Amino acid sequence: MPRHDAWNESETLAIVSRHAHREGPLLPILHEVQETFGCVPEAAVPVIAQALNLSRAEVHGCVTFYHDFRDAPAGHYVLKVCRAEACQAMGCESLVKKAEDRIGVACGETTPDGRVTLEAVYCLGLCATAPSAMFDGRLIGRLDVEKLEAILGEAGA
Amino acid sequence: MTKRIFIPRDAAAVACGADDVAKRFALLAEQAKIDVEIVRNGSRGMLWLEPLVEIEDQGKRYAFGPIAPADVDGLVAELSQGAAAAGIKTSKALGLTEEIPFFKRQTRLTFARCGITDPVSLADYKAHGGYEGLAKALALEPSGIIDEVKKSGLRGRGGAGFPTGIKWQTVHDARADQKYIVCNADEGDSGTFADRMIMEGDPFVLIEGMTIAGIAVGATRGYIYLRSEYPHAATALNEAIDAAKAAGYLGQTVCGSSHAFELEVRLGAGAYVCGEETSLLESLEGKRGLVRAKPPLPAHEGLFGKPTIINNVLSLAAVPFILAEGAQAYADFGMGRSRGTMPIQLAGNIKQGGLFEVAFGITLGELVEDVGGGTASGRPIKAVQVGGPLGAYFPQDLFDTPFDYEAFTARDGLIGHGGIVVFDHTVDMARQARFAFDFCAIESCGKCTPCRIGAIRGRETMDKIMGGQDRDKNLDLVADLCNTMKFGSLCALGGFTPYPVMSALTHFPDDFGRARKLPAAAE
Ligand SMILES: Cc1cc2nc3c(=O)[nH]c(=O)nc-3n(C[C@H](O)[C@H](O)[C@H](O)COP(=O)(O)O)c2cc1C
Ligand code: SF4
Ligand code: FES
Ligand code: FES
Repeated sequence: MPRHDAWNESETLAIVSRHAHREGPLLPILHEVQETFGCVPEAAVPVIAQALNLSRAEVHGCVTFYHDFRDAPAGHYVLKVCRAEACQAMGCESLVKKAEDRIGVACGETTPDGRVTLEAVYCLGLCATAPSAMFDGRLIGRLDVEKLEAILGEAGA
Repeated sequence: MTKRIFIPRDAAAVACGADDVAKRFALLAEQAKIDVEIVRNGSRGMLWLEPLVEIEDQGKRYAFGPIAPADVDGLVAELSQGAAAAGIKTSKALGLTEEIPFFKRQTRLTFARCGITDPVSLADYKAHGGYEGLAKALALEPSGIIDEVKKSGLRGRGGAGFPTGIKWQTVHDARADQKYIVCNADEGDSGTFADRMIMEGDPFVLIEGMTIAGIAVGATRGYIYLRSEYPHAATALNEAIDAAKAAGYLGQTVCGSSHAFELEVRLGAGAYVCGEETSLLESLEGKRGLVRAKPPLPAHEGLFGKPTIINNVLSLAAVPFILAEGAQAYADFGMGRSRGTMPIQLAGNIKQGGLFEVAFGITLGELVEDVGGGTASGRPIKAVQVGGPLGAYFPQDLFDTPFDYEAFTARDGLIGHGGIVVFDHTVDMARQARFAFDFCAIESCGKCTPCRIGAIRGRETMDKIMGGQDRDKNLDLVADLCNTMKFGSLCALGGFTPYPVMSALTHFPDDFGRARKLPAAAE
């Protein structure tokens, strides 16, 4: 079951027009485009640029600058594991390794069947209950091998 | 009589299962036909005890934690048999919340309400002293408000420690058709979560602080630039903003006065550098977050080129107390030029991690060992990093350093946003130094060469050192690179990356395969 609509111009333009009256509308637009289509595809860039009277380069530059925006949809499930210092102090690196071994792809990649994307994140603000992760939009504190197994099981990986 | 049960909505509590606990509590209480009201409060800040459930009894709150959904059965069973909260027998009972030593030792000025009230209830906020600061501000001239902030000694809590009152004065004095208040809620530093906790646990205090700032400098629009990793904070802020608007605390006429103030939350998009104030402004304008050269200062030419106050969440959230209780009441706390309190965050490998608000002056050792109880692993502490990814690593020898801007600077460190990350003796400090370069390389905005190229060279060189290749030569190269980055970078991402690197190298040379250079007497 796809979680997002296939990209189309008319929905993109509707999103742009919902935000166009705001000051500095580009980021809110890109967020909503990604929420709707699962990514900000190349094809959306000229459409947004034209509607906002910006150059393609300005919109493209913005999309590529921010870690949040993807040019292709992620896997069905996204597992973000925090790799910042407080989580390092609680052993996040061995959990990342475990996850990589278990799903067979490196951090930053998606399994070939498109089920799971494993990503690094640098701090979720849960540094006193580390290690931390976000799975399918859900926050997880005190991550350990057991919880990791349960999550990946849920993802069918 | 309805019994009030408090189960936090704070993201850290939720990450540890608070939503499931709340659901189970509601279900079992209904089945047992006991009359309860479940309040989703902020966190009390004792995060090692989350989910921390509180049961109110005759106006007093008793704590239980950490509570798993399975523990709820026992609590509800006892309550349904008429047990008083104080008498519930379980190994999770912690007694009166406010008597728990970690809580009792604090001086909560900014966090006075956090964990106590329903975060999105305006009535609750007002019943606990909320909006008294604004009422005082409305009775003053703008310059009178700014004088109070100056007299309080408040310095920016985002890291640089710049006097808040002086920043406000500059924006006040600037002439323009439009001015802005921007709240920096990007909180990207590892080991920090105080902004998140106050936004989730008492969002009105930030809204009130920003409103006061707007009135003081004549700004009618405010933005909270919130990192996208904080969806729970976004929800709480938006609920609170709606409530404040509906009650006339925001809008065209704030509390019926001649002042207008509109407020909006904007989400970042996962760029650490967007916490830097000028990068943040670029991002708010809808551009790549490239750091701007200063001058001009944001106070003169900020958002959309207009005079702008940009302050950290905690700086703005300290203002309602200062106005309500008077500048002196705030300035009475602290040491030297660090006045008032700092919400300190204890994180990483620590037994009792959480938020600890205290007057400046407490030592690092007291914080980590007495308050925090040492490591979670039970192994000895090796190092603590203070002030986020750009902060220095301190060894135990420096645990007598008082928490104070100048004292940390004097020891080649910084307090930053007040985060302390503890590492036990298993940590490899060469690896931490490598990570500092790596992080800088990942997050660099790319505008200046020392940072963009230096971080990558630094990472490569650390790889060589860790691989045992030409150690001494490469260590000299790292020191050289750090020097170039420190003095040649446009902003503190490149400029401060040398702090973690050089402190690791200076205090833990063994991890770099280099013998200690310190004189024997210092050992
Ligand atoms: C790379 C970098 C990241 C920063 N991140 C933050 C942040 O997340 N939050 C913050 O308040 N200040 C951050 N700062 C500091 C801001 O540039 C600025 O000093 C601060 O917002 C001013 O507010 P204050 O005076 O209230 O501290 C960062 C600075 C740098 C160089
Ligand atoms: S130091 Fe780094 S982040 Fe800062 S302006 Fe230069 S390149 Fe950008
Ligand atoms: S460092 Fe991992 S949550 Fe903050
Ligand atoms: S602006 Fe291009 S390297 Fe400095």
